Amino acid sequence: MVRGILGKKVGMTQIFDDEGRVIPVTVIEAGPCVVVQRKTGERDGYQAVQLGLVERAPRRNAPKPLQGHFGKAGVPPTRLLGEVPVDADDAAKPGDSVLADIFAVDERVHVIGRSKGRGFQGVIKRHGYKGGRATHGSMFHRAPGSIGASADPSRVYPGTRLPGHMGDARVTVKNAKVVKVDTDRNLLFIKGGVPGARNSYVRIVKVT
Amino acid sequence: MDVIRDATQQYLKTDIPDFRPGDTVKVNVRLREGEKERIQVFEGLVIARSHGGVSETFTVRKISSGIGVERTFPLHSPIVAGIELARRGRVRRAKLYYIRGLRGKAARIRERARTS
Repeated sequence: MVRGILGKKVGMTQIFDDEGRVIPVTVIEAGPCVVVQRKTGERDGYQAVQLGLVERAPRRNAPKPLQGHFGKAGVPPTRLLGEVPVDADDAAKPGDSVLADIFAVDERVHVIGRSKGRGFQGVIKRHGYKGGRATHGSMFHRAPGSIGASADPSRVYPGTRLPGHMGDARVTVKNAKVVKVDTDRNLLFIKGGVPGARNSYVRIVKVT
Repeated sequence: MDVIRDATQQYLKTDIPDFRPGDTVKVNVRLREGEKERIQVFEGLVIARSHGGVSETFTVRKISSGIGVERTFPLHSPIVAGIELARRGRVRRAKLYYIRGLRGKAARIRERARTS
């Protein structure tokens, strides 16, 4: 069985469960995907399938090398390629399609995406530092404060939390719950948030 | 947004009366007590309505034994078994939060004529 799929984040909304409780959900347009390449134990050292996300607008500008890659699988080029794990005995071969119906309601999944880029941020936003008083003669506002001792060690320890680029990094939300699967529209409803902005790509993988 | 609207269409109620802030409504609230289910009526003034598809909510305020009680309901929630319009009110705001500071005579709201 193919153990994951590629998708595009649609946005967040809420739905109601049987008890009338509100469940916050992220809607993900998951697939349809096509298998572009099968990675096998003998040849690649691990088991996976490379999927392409088939979107409404086809990709027209694929460079020659990629055209060859997709041509080999006999599928039209896609904008997004990504690997997901697959069971070793699985018969998935290039050209096969993978749909959202591989997931069941109440199943746990990992959702991998790229977080929204926040740019260069200070320590308060980036690391949750408290900062100082804004007024009443305070001269310590949003600065990080001490970043270490003096002559000993005469350097700043690696990993010290300082200002810098925040976001736009790979983030995994683990053990998210699938609340609903809409196979007609290829939609997955996942409880809670997932990384990234609307229309950003995510990878959804079953918890093994 | 359209995808979300389509995907949540099935949760939307279609039998909602046309009510707005300033109106007085009776909300039939579904309560669960163990196995049994019963309906409780919460009657009061609608002081706010917050739109947003399935996420739409409305806030009802009533004075219960001298104490102001407000409840915000998700409009499309199955908890809300039904809404009855008891009285239309004429107000000039979308959110009637100012009513919280008023009581008795000052907190009255004029009845709205049919047409508006």
